[in-house]
Amino acid sequence: MASVGTLTRTAVRPLKAERHGNGSATSIAFLVALWLALAFSVLVLVVLLVDSFRDGLPRLDGDLFTRYSSTVRPETAGARAAILGSIWVITVTAVLAIPLGAAAAVYLEEFADSARWYNRLVEVNLQNLAGVPAIIYGMLTAGFALAVGLRRGTVIAGGIALALLILPVIIIATREALRAVPMEIRQGSLALGATPLQTVWRQTLPAAVPGIATGTILALSRAIGEAAPLLLLGGATFITYDPDGLMSGFTTLPIQIFGWASRPQAELRTVASAAIIILLAMLLVMNTLAIVIRNRYQKRW
Amino acid sequence: MTTTDSTTPESTPQMRQMPATRAERDPLGSAVPVIDCTDVDIFYGTFKAVHDVTLSFGKNEITALIGPSGCGKSTVLRCLNRMNDLIPGAHVTGTISYHGQDIYAPEVDPIEVRRRIGMVFQKPNPFPKSIYDNIAYGPRVTGMKVSSMDDLVEEALQSAALWDEVKDKLKQSAYSLSGGQQQRLCIARTIAVRPEVILMDEPCSALDPIATARIEDLMLELVKDYTIIIVTHNMQQAARVADRTAFFTAKPSLDTGDRTGELVEFDRTEKIFSNPAKQATEDYISGRFG
Repeated sequence: MASVGTLTRTAVRPLKAERHGNGSATSIAFLVALWLALAFSVLVLVVLLVDSFRDGLPRLDGDLFTRYSSTVRPETAGARAAILGSIWVITVTAVLAIPLGAAAAVYLEEFADSARWYNRLVEVNLQNLAGVPAIIYGMLTAGFALAVGLRRGTVIAGGIALALLILPVIIIATREALRAVPMEIRQGSLALGATPLQTVWRQTLPAAVPGIATGTILALSRAIGEAAPLLLLGGATFITYDPDGLMSGFTTLPIQIFGWASRPQAELRTVASAAIIILLAMLLVMNTLAIVIRNRYQKRW
Repeated sequence: MTTTDSTTPESTPQMRQMPATRAERDPLGSAVPVIDCTDVDIFYGTFKAVHDVTLSFGKNEITALIGPSGCGKSTVLRCLNRMNDLIPGAHVTGTISYHGQDIYAPEVDPIEVRRRIGMVFQKPNPFPKSIYDNIAYGPRVTGMKVSSMDDLVEEALQSAALWDEVKDKLKQSAYSLSGGQQQRLCIARTIAVRPEVILMDEPCSALDPIATARIEDLMLELVKDYTIIIVTHNMQQAARVADRTAFFTAKPSLDTGDRTGELVEFDRTEKIFSNPAKQATEDYISGRFG
């Protein structure tokens, strides 16, 4: 009889959500704290953007894109050399880093025997390399350039430095993308009589493209904003010509911005803000591209 | 399930009992053996997963491997086309031969083995491509000389009883198909490379009964052109489709408690289900264990 009584009591008790903490003070406080953390991060970014826009908007004109830097006439100074230099260097970086990084990741993930000590050594060091300060890669490239007789302040040297910088990141991102491809796909391919290489090239790698593209573009966005290694190599802040080849001298947007912002002339600081806007716009385009590629390929699954 | 009738050669008095002991290889009556296993032990590292398997698979027959979970049936199946090589530490002692050729001989290329012995998996695993490209993938990568890929794709889909359902949407993603259709697609993709043997690892366990029935009908059609070996948890399925059945069981090791699989009995299906020679088989069939 007592058990029947309990049953009846439980059935009658109302089913309120607050009883188990959905509306309790602790959970509300927690949600508010999370929201504040988000708001703070976004706020910092918004302040930065608004500040740059306010300062730089007056100089967002044709001159910015078509004219070279000038201290004599700072009101018409332009970032033409820097924009072109950034595009040249980042292209060289992409051409060097993406195939190398993807191939290394494919080897490590699909072919390497993870029990061997040298493969495990590579694994451990990959994470370390991703955290090395950028300027070290600049020094490394400078030493390499000296050793092979290459001039330091060239587009190719800049490209090599940045490629080395983002290579570990690309390898890690590609490995994650490859791991996300289900094992059944590989097994299905092998069971049909495909070789492991055919399986990787025709099934695993194409299926991993969204992850690879996302990781790669994010790595490139980081590279495009790096100034330290390129400054070390000799990317000057006062270039008045377009880059015309791999052996040409260069400057990039971050370097140019740094150069202008350190000057006393107020107009140069304004044009520095305008250049920041351009840099941010380039980053926005690249990241949007990453999202578009990811979404387009994800529909396949 | 038809019982043996007096017109088939297998029912002549010369056909012997087929005990699965070490001493004797299993003759298949008048059936031509395609794959022979002799004294096969399968190890994962030092752990012996399957002990002393000796049996043969007959041409144009459906052979079922049945038994409780963990008795090594899937392991044995995977070894037949060297898919088990993909598992690190897996190795095989004894002989598995395909038309007399040891498939584990050092000079044998596992890729060639897999082109002749195909596999369909438990969970349908179509590629993230169109239906057409799923079927065409095998012929393309194996370098088959094909006069018309369209015809080959159609033929494969017809043989898998899927053509009518997909003929208008060959370029659509394979993932737009239902589970049963995807499994038939995987079967079509396997037969597109024209293997001699098709291994099926619990092909219907992820499917509903109607889809299962369609796949079983398909098996009975396909066996006219192919040799089929299936692993199944479903005894009734073995009774419905298989010509011969091998019953495995798992014996726990005395020191470690890990279970090692063993072949208990291998015979014609009617015999296994109506009058098995071993008590263990009788117990399993009647549901007394497993």
